[in-house]
Amino acid sequence: MAVVLAVVVGVVYAAGLYLMMRRGVVKLIVGLSLLGHAANVLIFTAAGVARARPPIVAGGEGTLAAGAADPLPQAPILTAIVIGFGVQAFALVLILRGYRTTGTDNLDHLRTTDAP
Amino acid sequence: MNLLLALPILIPLATAAAALVAYRSRAAQRGLALAGAASHFGTALVLFARVSAGGIEAVQVGGWPAPFGITLVADLLAAILLLVASGMGLAVAVYSLFTIDRERESFGYHPLYHVLLMGISGAFLTGDLFNLYVWFEVMLMASFVLMALGGERAQIEGAIKYVTLNLLSSALFLAGVGLLYGLAGTLNLADLARKLPQAAEPGLLTALATLFLVAFGIKAAVFPLFFWLPASYHTPPTAVSAIFAGLLTKVGVYALIRVFTLLFAHDPGYTHEIILAVAGLTMVTGVLGAAAQGELRRILAFHIVSQIGYMILGLGLFTKAALAGAVFYIVHHIVVKTNLFLVSGVIHRLLGSFELKDLGGLYRARPLVAALFLIPALSLAGLPPLSGFFAKLALVRAGIEGERWAIVAIALGVSLLTLFSMTKIWAEAFLKPLADPIAGSLAANGGGVPAGPRSRAGAGPLLVPVAALAAVTVAVGVAAGPLYALATRTAEQLLDPSAYVRAVLGEPTGGPP
Repeated sequence: MAVVLAVVVGVVYAAGLYLMMRRGVVKLIVGLSLLGHAANVLIFTAAGVARARPPIVAGGEGTLAAGAADPLPQAPILTAIVIGFGVQAFALVLILRGYRTTGTDNLDHLRTTDAP
Repeated sequence: MNLLLALPILIPLATAAAALVAYRSRAAQRGLALAGAASHFGTALVLFARVSAGGIEAVQVGGWPAPFGITLVADLLAAILLLVASGMGLAVAVYSLFTIDRERESFGYHPLYHVLLMGISGAFLTGDLFNLYVWFEVMLMASFVLMALGGERAQIEGAIKYVTLNLLSSALFLAGVGLLYGLAGTLNLADLARKLPQAAEPGLLTALATLFLVAFGIKAAVFPLFFWLPASYHTPPTAVSAIFAGLLTKVGVYALIRVFTLLFAHDPGYTHEIILAVAGLTMVTGVLGAAAQGELRRILAFHIVSQIGYMILGLGLFTKAALAGAVFYIVHHIVVKTNLFLVSGVIHRLLGSFELKDLGGLYRARPLVAALFLIPALSLAGLPPLSGFFAKLALVRAGIEGERWAIVAIALGVSLLTLFSMTKIWAEAFLKPLADPIAGSLAANGGGVPAGPRSRAGAGPLLVPVAALAAVTVAVGVAAGPLYALATRTAEQLLDPSAYVRAVLGEPTGGPP
């Protein structure tokens, strides 16, 4: 399972980076969000994918029994998803505003602020 | 629970929330912004005094014991940087009151500004790697909006580049955090510092270190990852440029110093040599880029890149003297760079342009502004007896002690080129006679630069924060001895993480967990 997920992570990263290197500003945003998704799956995979019992401490005991899943990776992933959602929403508004201000969605035409 | 450590985060949060509630009243927002920035600075001062006298402070948020909950830690490095950052926060908040237009204020400039301060404070204080990611995002989100607020074409273009590359950096950082959790099973910095030396695969750890180097390298704007900075920093209003220039890249440098002293110090022969090479290239490309520019803020933006090289240089040499030099340099740089951007805003207010070819005659017309420019400019170039001289002296001496002649030569050469750049600004903006009288120049440039409603008000109040920061620059130069001793203590703490680990985990270090 981990191998499959590793391949998935690699493919999603590659797709994200490919989209980011295209000229379209919408592709850029889609690429960025793919990078975020890839990172989330990567955290999930790197923390160890295993068949395990739910991480619930049995009544009367102080610690988790052996063989329980690690509950922690989900917390960062959930946080990262929420942050990614907010950032993507902002990025979408930014490119919409950018399109209205500059009249183009071609990144090659957005060079007026670059260092000459 | 030790509330003092949480206050630098809670005060900006409360200020931002209150300013949002008071969004209808411009006066209330301005008052809140000023009060918030002032009390933030006061808290940072108390925290610094306490950490400086009593050692590292740590608090477990929510009462969860150390490796499980989120830890806030203030060691000397964090306390010093927090103090300087909140000082800049106050200076720029005052400056904002006189420069930010009504429209930007009504669209939430002040709340955003304080969210930015909160993100920066959180990044300095957190003791948890994932929490650092979250603070980075808070800081970035606020900076994204501040960068684009106003919606001018240049701002939008700059913001697209700024947002893209910083999000790329965040994605890499997040990936690194995930892999590190897979390797060590913890994300608490102190816990990691204890567990990583026993990691089974040092090779994997080195690969991860490189990933973090790239992620933080983008944020710190090191060679060859700095291109977003000169493409965007000159686009927002000067107050925003100034706070970005002073603080944002330095948070990246702080993160680099933190992880490469606390976590990835296992193979300095590899990782820190890369950092050293990057430092040299960053210094050279930054200063050469600046030499080619003809616009005030672009020159200053390229100099940020060049100066980042000096800080990274201290980390790359990885000795006590070098780290002390780096800490000293960061403090000096934040003050000086913020001030130079503020001065560029004053010049713009007076002459209506940032282009060197349109400027001139300020030495004759405004000798006070000229003097206030010279102090940070000469300090940036490293002339005695100002702060920059001692910062560079410390780094160069550390380089000579380590017998790294090449990097010492680069540092000195770049210093000379920095002086050239500052002389260029001086000659063009201050000495050269103005082509037209000031009024004519204003009219000539009126088309390109929207004159704000206050543009006739003169530069008087703007000079208050500028003069205060110039005084700090001089004071840092005068008190270089005690400050260098403080920086040395900071470096000692950084090189021996056991005190940090003990403060967080509250148990003797060493031994398998």
